[in-house]
Amino acid sequence: MSEVAQTPLHALHVSLGARIAPFAGYDMPIQFKSGILAEHLHTRTQAGLFDVSHMGQAFLDGPDHETTARALEALCPADILSLAPGRQRYTQFLNAEGGTLDDLMATRPPGANGRIALVVNAARKADDFALLRAALPRNVTLTVRDEAALVALQGPLASRVLARLAPESGVETMSFMTAQPIRIAGFDAEVSRSGYTGEDGYEISLPADEVEACARLLLEQPEVAPIGLGARDTLRLEAGLCLYGHELDETIDPIEAGLSWSIQKRRRLEGGFPGAARVQAALARGPARKRVGLRPEGRAPARDGAEIVDSSGARIGSVTSGGFGPSVGAPIAIGYVDAAHAPIGTPVGLVVRGKALPAYVAALPFHPHAYYRG
Amino acid sequence: MRFTKDHEYVSFENGLATIGISDYAQSQLGDVVFVELPPLGVKFAKGDAAAVVESVKAASDVYCPVAGEVVAVNEAVTKEPSLINEDSQGRGWLFKAKLADPSELDAMMDEAVYSEFLKTIA
Repeated sequence: MSEVAQTPLHALHVSLGARIAPFAGYDMPIQFKSGILAEHLHTRTQAGLFDVSHMGQAFLDGPDHETTARALEALCPADILSLAPGRQRYTQFLNAEGGTLDDLMATRPPGANGRIALVVNAARKADDFALLRAALPRNVTLTVRDEAALVALQGPLASRVLARLAPESGVETMSFMTAQPIRIAGFDAEVSRSGYTGEDGYEISLPADEVEACARLLLEQPEVAPIGLGARDTLRLEAGLCLYGHELDETIDPIEAGLSWSIQKRRRLEGGFPGAARVQAALARGPARKRVGLRPEGRAPARDGAEIVDSSGARIGSVTSGGFGPSVGAPIAIGYVDAAHAPIGTPVGLVVRGKALPAYVAALPFHPHAYYRG
Repeated sequence: MRFTKDHEYVSFENGLATIGISDYAQSQLGDVVFVELPPLGVKFAKGDAAAVVESVKAASDVYCPVAGEVVAVNEAVTKEPSLINEDSQGRGWLFKAKLADPSELDAMMDEAVYSEFLKTIA
């Protein structure tokens, strides 16, 4: 087993009294002193600061945008070619069978022609970068940005906080899924208006040797509290967002995962990405199984791995993430079911400790998204 | 009050044992959101899974530290699971049992030994 790494904010987490546990090869803060429930609700009402420096950041650089975009399009189904400067898209690396190797954000930074910035999952980054190295043409290079840290500032007051620290930067009028360089109180950051909580907010990439000073400054703002991975998970679960290794894996294609919105029209028609045949067939005929929201009728949560059964007790799928939704105030889950059982309102059973607990298929997200679209 | 290495406690008074999880256990679990208690009248052997306490993150079984028959359950914690975080060794008790053999308690840790034991776990 390899050694556990630490992010550049490790000392700050320790000083803030974080409960730390290994996650994807990193010592990460699971929660701070106030606990997951309070951290979750703080993010929904004010602003939470998350350390996501364990995630993989990289640049793809080619001679021009078209060359770099086509190189990335060979591995993922999103339309990267039409990505305008300063805009980002969510996409997936797919295998030849259309299964998902990872999900990621691809950003075309403004003013850097031929560059695309990637953010990939911590647990998958080594494989992703190996995949890219093997697949990229000679004139497109991969630069893994181990010197870059990443924090997320999420919540309805996030834009007020950043606007205070970066006056006249226009940070508060950035639209969801756009990116630009912003100077935050003297720190040069790459900022995107995006996140993983369902709230308005930003992801902020900073040099590793500056991130602690910037994070401390953010935490000094009265609206901001440090938030651990525990609340990050409950927030994304309520927001109905996929977590790699749960809702996505090498057997799951993006259509059954409900991610067809992330595959733009040209790519659907042209194909030209790994697993295109399966993805196009699923788009044309509908997938055999679908990712759905699940609401237990009672108070008992159903966790990852719980079987989903129909009224006769026959297995129709399984839960991929489940727990308690602090803003919903009730247990919630996400899982896969046969398409016949996927309509909203369909009664199902979730098998918990040997008993099928009554539940029903519910719309995602469980908590409405609050993205800023200008 | 006596404790197990799995952080259950038993307080024994007037022939009845009150069973719950220790203050240390609740602090490790974090925010409790669901509690499942045993039915009245059920008889447990020592070490049987008797109740479930679920935090936001995970579900934990509570094992019956001593053999006995369940004679009361704390409905207040099923309605308000956060009672366990507030006062697990008081108002956040889980169930009461008539013990088959009260001498089983002698094998459990008393408060002094338990607090020493807590220092040995990281």
